Amino acid sequence: MANEYADLYDVAIIGAGPAGLTAAMYCARAGLDTALIESISPGGQLAQTEHLENYPGFNQSTSGYELSVIMHEQAESFGAKTIYDEVTAVSFDEPVKVLTMAYGVVKARAVIVATGARPAKLGLKGEDDLKGAGVSYCATCDGNFFKDKDVCIVGGGDTAAADAIYLSRICRSIRIFVRRDVLRATAIYHEKLDALPNVQIVWNTVVEELISEDGQLSAVKVRNKQTDEVQTVAVSALFVAIGTTPNTEFLDGKLELDQTGHVVADEMGKTSCVGVFAAGDVRTKVLRQVSTGVGDGANAADAVAEYLLDQ
Amino acid sequence: MSEVISSQDFQSKVLEADKPVLVDFFATWCGPCKRLAPILDEVAQEKAGQAYVYKVDIDQSPDLAASYRVNSVPTLILFDKGAIKNKTLGAVPKQQLLGMFA
Repeated sequence: MANEYADLYDVAIIGAGPAGLTAAMYCARAGLDTALIESISPGGQLAQTEHLENYPGFNQSTSGYELSVIMHEQAESFGAKTIYDEVTAVSFDEPVKVLTMAYGVVKARAVIVATGARPAKLGLKGEDDLKGAGVSYCATCDGNFFKDKDVCIVGGGDTAAADAIYLSRICRSIRIFVRRDVLRATAIYHEKLDALPNVQIVWNTVVEELISEDGQLSAVKVRNKQTDEVQTVAVSALFVAIGTTPNTEFLDGKLELDQTGHVVADEMGKTSCVGVFAAGDVRTKVLRQVSTGVGDGANAADAVAEYLLDQ
Repeated sequence: MSEVISSQDFQSKVLEADKPVLVDFFATWCGPCKRLAPILDEVAQEKAGQAYVYKVDIDQSPDLAASYRVNSVPTLILFDKGAIKNKTLGAVPKQQLLGMFA
């Protein structure tokens, strides 16, 4: 296949979410020849966030999509070049790294992996078939289809809480099935949830089976982990908010991953492979936020600049 | 940008089209839909002459969204000779959209 991207870059950044966009801005501003590779369009999970409440300097009126556009324009203004393609294979063995994509290859002296993460699946039978037919991983995308219906959420973190607050304005009732007897969600969400009359938290409960009727989700079978009591709950939709799965499959074992599939990397993004760095949600760390992704991007860019000086 | 068509046009522009038609059921308030929009336009360009690409705003055309059981946005449905040939959900890479035509 003809190669559309014949140049050798100083650095290639895979993924244009907050971490990749920040890394691209810092690298380009540091005078590095910077390629930013994105398989869909800039923003990653940020672009799909309705309102940002916890990114400093921005308030509830800022949509994640708008912020993504600004970050991308900023990176390009310093000279980063965006390539819209999907990296399918990598070679990190030589000083010049090679990224294989659908429309060609990109070569670079350093690489920043910033491919982020996607919503985790429950792993239940029929889950894939019912996606878009009652099973959803994006409440703000799909909530409107369940106006005045009874729905449920699985999860106990910030996403589950934010989803419940969003859905409470649309749906008739919302049950949140929480595996444990506490919410991991930030304290500010607890009060908000308590004040919503149509939201009910069901503790110590796991969803074990999806029940469908005519190709559409109609109920879920849930089990109380303490009493072992099994119950069938009629719902029109199930929103899955149980965390994320890192997008690291394309690395095919070329970088060391932890047990959950995240790239093992230190604060400066250094991975098991010299010249390859990781930033953002894809990296091993505790808190995955836009703010920490942005910090990662800046650190990795700095580490790349230092690495290239020694080459 | 790919043309947004109404319920009135759906019969003639999609179901009775002389070529395959990829329809993006989207909403103006949906983040993944915004991310997908530029990719969809590229697909439209690459498939020019072989297929049509249209968009349906599910808030403007709730009847279409209901009859095709769209419960998630974006939902992409490929029609050929009035029948559903393929369907995919969410913002996906260009390769995956092009793969729908295979």
